[in-house]
Amino acid sequence: MQKIIAPKKGFQFIDWKELFLYRHLFFFLVWRDIKIRYKQTILGFTWAVIKPFFSMIVFSIVFGKMARVASDGVPYPIFSYAALVPWTYFSSAMVGSTTSLVGNNMLSKIYFPRLVIPAIPVLAYLVDFMIAFSLLGVLMVYFHIFPGYNIVFLPLLILLMVFTASGIGMWLSSLAIQYRDVKFATTFLTQLLMYGAPVVWPASMIPEQYRMLYGLYPVAGVVEGFRSALLGTNPMPWDLILPGTLSAAIIWISGAFYFKYKERIFADVV
Amino acid sequence: MNNLAIKVENLAKRYRIGLKEKMHRTLFASVTSWLKSPLANFRELKKLTTFGEADDAEDIIWALRDVSFKVREGEVIGIIGKNGSGKSTLLKILSEITDPTRGRVLINGRVSSLLEVGTGFHPELTGRENIYLNGTILGMTKYEVDRKFDEIVDFSGIEKFIETPAKRYSSGMRVRLAFAVAAHLEPEILLVDEVLSVGDAEFQQKCLDKMSEVTTSGRTVLYVSHNMPSVESLCHRAILLEQGRITFSGTAAETVGHYLGKKVLSARPRIDLSAHPNRAAKATSLLKTVQLLNTRQEEVTTFKQGEDIIFSLELDARDHTIKTPTISISVLDATERVVCQLASDRMSAQSFEIGKSARLRCRWTDCPLKPGTYSIAISVKKFGRMLDAVADITTFEVLHGDFYLSGNIAEGKGVFLPRGNWTFNNPD
Repeated sequence: MQKIIAPKKGFQFIDWKELFLYRHLFFFLVWRDIKIRYKQTILGFTWAVIKPFFSMIVFSIVFGKMARVASDGVPYPIFSYAALVPWTYFSSAMVGSTTSLVGNNMLSKIYFPRLVIPAIPVLAYLVDFMIAFSLLGVLMVYFHIFPGYNIVFLPLLILLMVFTASGIGMWLSSLAIQYRDVKFATTFLTQLLMYGAPVVWPASMIPEQYRMLYGLYPVAGVVEGFRSALLGTNPMPWDLILPGTLSAAIIWISGAFYFKYKERIFADVV
Repeated sequence: MNNLAIKVENLAKRYRIGLKEKMHRTLFASVTSWLKSPLANFRELKKLTTFGEADDAEDIIWALRDVSFKVREGEVIGIIGKNGSGKSTLLKILSEITDPTRGRVLINGRVSSLLEVGTGFHPELTGRENIYLNGTILGMTKYEVDRKFDEIVDFSGIEKFIETPAKRYSSGMRVRLAFAVAAHLEPEILLVDEVLSVGDAEFQQKCLDKMSEVTTSGRTVLYVSHNMPSVESLCHRAILLEQGRITFSGTAAETVGHYLGKKVLSARPRIDLSAHPNRAAKATSLLKTVQLLNTRQEEVTTFKQGEDIIFSLELDARDHTIKTPTISISVLDATERVVCQLASDRMSAQSFEIGKSARLRCRWTDCPLKPGTYSIAISVKKFGRMLDAVADITTFEVLHGDFYLSGNIAEGKGVFLPRGNWTFNNPD
């Protein structure tokens, strides 16, 4: 095995072959992340449910009962919970990914493809997602709501959700390591982004002519898609999902380039 | 055996150090600078990744300059030098943790680097889990860890606690476990940085034995250490780095001799510091001379245990007056570890100022160090900001003495001699 180490110049794309070589490390780090997340807590993985569940209760009271926000013909609690499940995943994975490089003491001690790091929370939070998702099943039985044939698109929506979180994660983590402001900004940015997504309100409130444009926000398509796939509120919102996929792809590819461009300085500025 | 394992050509690495803080004299200046600060901060942070045209800007340091050497397969090379001479940077480049600024390296073979023991260890995970995690981080596959698991546990000597979370381990146990994992790596090229100086004496011996086993097994090893005897016994050849350059290279014994020889030369009781080569970069020259005196006011460089050591300093701030400075004298052992610091602000509540030719005296009563050679470094700070600092000023020798005035001068173990007494109660 021969290798040349020299200054890297210009932009480079992901070295898939190398990533494959480090798959064991990647899976162990994801496993570590899952394993330690709820160590020394009383409720353990129940926390994965508590966050979306209590948000649902508050939103049902504030937006459902008091503000009487429309909920596309289904009870408000399940209307909001179906959106909170992907949203909670998205926001935790994004925040986790953003803060993953800062203060990571492995960066300056050992070599491995740096891309592994922001991808860890993106994968690890899928466990929380599954748990929160199973409660969604319970709620659907409780409210007597059964999914239609649109449920076949669910894996696609989950994929888009993971993809978006990972793309944003690559951008923000490599920015955060140099500009620590990003770390502070993301925590409150997620708040703003949530109200920007159709989590507490239905996407049917968006005027028809702006829907495609609004769809460029990938989370919008994911969240509305979840409702369509599971609650059958509306037909599958392809006019949101397709633009969302496009922008997610742009974010992901540019994020990968930016990350690869910046990764050579990580060990020096961490 | 004559194939090249590593070929380093004109390797250079540039770092940007510290973002300088500016002091403001007026409230107005502070306020305007605070208002302008986001822009200024942005420029400073951006500079972390860009270097611009001027290579010699004042906050840039070259950690390595034009380093070239070759390592043949199966050779064990020691890399020695003072702290900050670029040893660790060199290993970091070879292990691809950081990119070189210039030059290139050719490597033949699978590389494992051990820059720290226990990378990725997590306190919440059990010993078993940490072995797997750390092993994978160091480049083993799960299968390899499976195969060596029993050996690793055996080497670490903590079988009983293998299912206990690492946070319940003593720091010694954690190090044992971590080193045990590292010791079972089987790379073709191994890069090791100062990791053997951990644990108790018995375990250190075990590590050194393991290292010599590794080095005689035909593997290529680059070994960075401050522990000169281990470099001499483990390495075939050694390289001396000084300020990022290779200044000497030869057999391990020759290089160590050269390195230590340089230091021995500086065992002088009176040193002129006004133009000292070891002054820190960007320090203003305040320290003028330092003298080492014994209680009889004689200039000496050897002291007995229990004797007082007096440091007499002369400082000159020329036309300035520096109010409330802090002066601290660091005493370092042969491995360049700081043994203790004599700091003016902690040792006395009295504040003072440095004007034109100030004289200060620091009396270290009852030297409790174990016999050996020690070096000193002096720094002058104000509000934590370094004004002047000179390292490796001189060495002094501590000799065996009757520290307790008990007539028993048996040497005993330990790093220093504690004060205290024993009482005996014999029932009649």
